[in-house]
Amino acid sequence: MKSFDWVSFFCTGLTGLATLLILAILAVILGNIAMHGWPAISWRFVSGGTESDMFDVTKAGIFPMIFGTSARVILMTIFVIPVGVVTAVYLTEYAHTTSPITRVIRGAVNNLAGVPSIVFGLFGLGFFIGFVGGGMDALFYPDNPRPLWGKAALIWASMTLAVMTLPVVIVATEEALRAIPLGLREASLALGATKLQTIVKIVLPNALPGIMTGGILAVSRAAGEVAPILFTGAAYFMADLPKSLTDQFMDLGYHVFVLSTQSPNIDKTRPILYGTVLVLVALTFALNFVAILIRARIRRHLRAVHG
Amino acid sequence: MAEHLTPTIRVAAGLRQGGDAASAAATPLIRIENLSLYYGRAKALSNITLSIPERLVTAFIGPSGCGKSTLLRCLNRMNDLIDNVRIEGRVAIHGHDLYDAKTDVIELRKRVGMVFQKSNPFPKSIYENIAYGLRLRGMRDRRMLDETVERSLRQAALWDEVKDRLHASALGLSGGQQQRVCIARAIAIQPEILLMDEPASALDPLATARIEDLILDLKKEFTIVIVTHNMQQAARISDSTAFFYLGELIEFDATRRLFTNPARKQTEDYVTGRFG
Repeated sequence: MKSFDWVSFFCTGLTGLATLLILAILAVILGNIAMHGWPAISWRFVSGGTESDMFDVTKAGIFPMIFGTSARVILMTIFVIPVGVVTAVYLTEYAHTTSPITRVIRGAVNNLAGVPSIVFGLFGLGFFIGFVGGGMDALFYPDNPRPLWGKAALIWASMTLAVMTLPVVIVATEEALRAIPLGLREASLALGATKLQTIVKIVLPNALPGIMTGGILAVSRAAGEVAPILFTGAAYFMADLPKSLTDQFMDLGYHVFVLSTQSPNIDKTRPILYGTVLVLVALTFALNFVAILIRARIRRHLRAVHG
Repeated sequence: MAEHLTPTIRVAAGLRQGGDAASAAATPLIRIENLSLYYGRAKALSNITLSIPERLVTAFIGPSGCGKSTLLRCLNRMNDLIDNVRIEGRVAIHGHDLYDAKTDVIELRKRVGMVFQKSNPFPKSIYENIAYGLRLRGMRDRRMLDETVERSLRQAALWDEVKDRLHASALGLSGGQQQRVCIARAIAIQPEILLMDEPASALDPLATARIEDLILDLKKEFTIVIVTHNMQQAARISDSTAFFYLGELIEFDATRRLFTNPARKQTEDYVTGRFG
């Protein structure tokens, strides 16, 4: 008679339990946010501003923050994708895999991913606002005493986030480029295409879904980040929506921090706090969802081409 | 650029005197002299000397790893893609050394087309697959593109099967059809030479037969060099055959002679199926 396999039983149970734990944690977080946040959600809340009283649940709205967070995430994507893709193309297609320079670049990319986000915030402040923005002011507006570029702004916050998410895009793009079958490259080269033509016409279009995955991961990472934008663009309060790239902006994540630390009456503020968190989570999901839809469209297009 | 050049080498060395009349009379188009190729330290081809005649089918046969595909890839410099490859000796087309520093590899590959073992159509429409090489050469005119695509597909014996779905993905075709798309794509830019690296090895017998018929048809216009594992195939379609073993050219002769009356013992053993 076969004896009962206790080792298998425990291992299966243990791995199952670990998985269940993850699901439970996610369910508790999302459930808690949804339960407490939902009552605060109203049209006035998501479309209104903070002019009257940002801490009062009957008056406060968070539209400026929804706008600001969306704007900085979209701008970040516009900055990070081209730079990340070009870097990945260099690393996989042109650089010699064994050369010390390539190894140094790879190491730098990996280390960049490990830098704490507040350090990126300080980097953005020093490099983008101080060096680039300040430099532009000194160069183009030497007589203007008020800084135009050398101050916290939407553009600098987005660029700081782009630097932070660069490794994600580079790694995802590299994977996508490496997954293109050698046969496709050979077919193109054998028809007399140059290496650049092969990359632009064959490799990159087929790697697009993978590149999009990198973009989606970057959006997920950046949407909820507060530290990098703390010094580089987020505002405590603004009466108007940002009108240009050099304006500051209000941000959902930063607003959560403001609400929970600056409120004169935390009990009165708590519903808005939960509501803001719920909107932040929903917005992150929505931005991801849009990107995933676009990716699915591209995949379909690659599979069954029309024209 | 090569049209006005007279081939300088008229003697098809390697072909035995009194070989098949057709091959002996043909002009050598490709001349390989003392070619050796190394992957790092490993020698993959050793001192190959071979002349390939014009507008005939030349087959490279031999057991796996004998260097026949490597040699084929020397003829359009596809080996350039691999690191650590070192080549000694000379490969000339119309007397022009392919490995000369002045040779334009892009131009060379436009004149020497290639069909691969695993069919590799681009994930684009059938039309765009054929038009790819044409667009690379700067053809923009829609009517010219249409005409060339149709002519190439007709030449590849595929037109009737796909004329109603030119703009559907090439990946939706059967394996044999995909391989014929690849052939049509290669001949669309009108190369002089067509290299085929086991083009039918992944296909069923019926699709293989169609590709073989196609090759016999195409040799009227192109010089074809084909690598094959299949000796019956070599016997059916080629005019001359080269047998390779362990990176060396063992024997090169008119196909009929090589199969019926080989000069070397190793060749005889291989073609009669005693090893390989």
